[in-house]
Amino acid sequence: MARFLSIYFTNLRCDYLAIRKPELKGKIYVFTIAQRGRIQVSASSGEAEKHGIFTNMALADAKAIIPNVQAFDDEIDFNKKLLTRIAKWATRYAPTVSIDLPDGIILDTSGCSHLLGGEEKYLESILSKLNQSGYTCRGAISDTIGTSWAIARLGVKLMIIQPGNQYNALLNLPPMALRLEPHIIQRLHKLGFDKIGKFIQLPTSVLRRRFGTEFLLRLHQAIGTEEESITPIVVKPPFEERLFCLEPICTKPAIEIAIEKLLETLCARLSNEGMGIRLAELIGYRLDGKVTQIKIGTNQPTHNIKHLAKLFELKIAQIEPALGIELFIMTATKTEPLFIHQEKLWNGKPGLADQGLAQLLDRLAGKVGAQAIRRYIPEAHYWPERSLRPAVSLEEKSEIQWQKNNPRPMEMLHRPASIQVTAPIPDYPPMNFRYKDELHIVSKADGPERIEREWWMEPGEHRDYYLLEDDKGRRYWVFRSGHYNEEQSDWFLHGFFA
Amino acid sequence: MTAEKQEILASLRKQILEVQGFKSGFTANGDSFGLDKIEACFPNSIFPTGTIHEFISEQAEDTAASEGFIAGLLAKLMKNGNSCLWISSSRKLFPPSLEAYGVDPQQIIFIDLNYSKEILWVMEEALKCEGLACVIAEISDIDFAQSRRLQLATEKSQVTGFLLRKEPKRMLSATACTARWQIKPQPTALIAGIPGVGNPRWEVDLLKVKNGEGGKFLIEWAEDRFVLVDTEKEQLVLHAKQVG
Repeated sequence: MARFLSIYFTNLRCDYLAIRKPELKGKIYVFTIAQRGRIQVSASSGEAEKHGIFTNMALADAKAIIPNVQAFDDEIDFNKKLLTRIAKWATRYAPTVSIDLPDGIILDTSGCSHLLGGEEKYLESILSKLNQSGYTCRGAISDTIGTSWAIARLGVKLMIIQPGNQYNALLNLPPMALRLEPHIIQRLHKLGFDKIGKFIQLPTSVLRRRFGTEFLLRLHQAIGTEEESITPIVVKPPFEERLFCLEPICTKPAIEIAIEKLLETLCARLSNEGMGIRLAELIGYRLDGKVTQIKIGTNQPTHNIKHLAKLFELKIAQIEPALGIELFIMTATKTEPLFIHQEKLWNGKPGLADQGLAQLLDRLAGKVGAQAIRRYIPEAHYWPERSLRPAVSLEEKSEIQWQKNNPRPMEMLHRPASIQVTAPIPDYPPMNFRYKDELHIVSKADGPERIEREWWMEPGEHRDYYLLEDDKGRRYWVFRSGHYNEEQSDWFLHGFFA
Repeated sequence: MTAEKQEILASLRKQILEVQGFKSGFTANGDSFGLDKIEACFPNSIFPTGTIHEFISEQAEDTAASEGFIAGLLAKLMKNGNSCLWISSSRKLFPPSLEAYGVDPQQIIFIDLNYSKEILWVMEEALKCEGLACVIAEISDIDFAQSRRLQLATEKSQVTGFLLRKEPKRMLSATACTARWQIKPQPTALIAGIPGVGNPRWEVDLLKVKNGEGGKFLIEWAEDRFVLVDTEKEQLVLHAKQVG
């Protein structure tokens, strides 16, 4: 049976400000918003309400009551933002949480409350946390969203409605507890229906004719004969595991144990469905209300507990437990179907497809960052700097071959170094060159190899490359930028040959 | 010396090695690296794999030569499609050039890091991974304890490790590496009058070999294999070609 908790914030907007500005506590202040050509009160503090300043009143009227009332500019949709934030915080109590505009949130607590020792303690724990942070709020738990909503707002004593008891719980409440349009409520009051119990037993055909289908829907939703669902703010990913800690955790071994326990259950589910983790995250909810998280990624889908535990272990240092972590949630944010490699009995090593290698690279990526790991595949360019590019994945293979016809240097400088050269006649290799204050006498030379600049990509001169060997046997790759020019030719050293 | 005596000597040498704690049978495939006389420097005349080799390079030109020599070794190590890891800070190696040494650059995974501490950590982790053929790390300095860790990792997994020590800043101290090499480029040889540059040629200096003797050799990379150069013989051949 589903159970829902509805939390009602009696004065959300003003509480929010009072938390940030403690000096406002107990003062008379209002929020205003420009509407239909006048300035209206959109929210008023508890003290202001006592003096008769209510929402939707014109600011001018409010000022007539209290001349020096403090007015703050309100923001459109601010409540929505604030409730979303609170709802996100509340996901630590239940995975499905939705906001209930304008002044509440709803939690689907089915199967959650026993984790905190029953519904009473569960409700108390949430409400006291919210109260401590400065929000005045009420909450109620029942089988339906409608009843919870009604009890949270208008209930008197009993805030937890036992399963199946919605009907009785609603009897003494006024019709506004049913989330109805104002004109329907007015009509009900006009007809003397000031309590739900007075009309709940009337035949549906009569009620439909008088108050419309919307009214019936709300009534049945509250009783539970009609289904109602909520839109969660965070869609729960299919692979998620939670671990409540008996005591707040703040040591490394404890976190390791938590990770292992979570992985055990998560990986068991994954392996049943033949899936593997590509991305996963571990979220720790701290005692002080903050959230700390770490993320891991893998090169191949896997549900190997040992391997994943190792990846998380590398990141434990990034977790800040502060006073302690009370809840861990592990989520497989990206999963992929597992492909099972056929293992060869003989002929051992499968190269890049090797499992061990993939796991090694995952660990390295976890420690030093994935951007440090590169593999290169050839590109269809002659320009040396562009003749290769980093591969996207371990499996990626290029259609093109590495070009072999011309020699390429073992070491290439990222940026060609300027050198001074003595060259006898155009298109002849240099006789000597000066690099880093050392004169190199060229004894053997090869070239030139002309490489045109790809003018559709960048402007500039072509390069004439020479392979030079100096008198000590050291081999260099130098080029002249552009054509030979008697006055001034630019020469560069671009690499070293083996 | 008769053949009989030589046999006795060889078996005695083997016994001494075993007493010294040298584990034989490192090369499982029994493939020769084609290093000819250089291999004779090592115990049992086998180029040891599954261990750490150290290459000293003092200049950028030496580094290029060492990389060429390493690439030649990699061609053999990666022959059956295995991949290898190349760890470095400020790497200048131009992957396409490896193709000339029979190594597929796509099979090499490069890891570019900033600190030598990270390089050592990554190398140790990588050496524990049996799916790799070889791990190469460019690092300038390493002390005995660090090299010992790497050596222990490699002994377990049988992955070969190469340490390319670019421009070492400190004095060379003892390391736990099996061999210490220094490769320097040498002038290439061509028949007089023919333009161009010959095959890459290096002076290979085996400074230190564990349980073996070092030596100095002249070697060339020609037709996809190492060729030991005999200078005197070569002069005659080149001369003969020129005359012919």
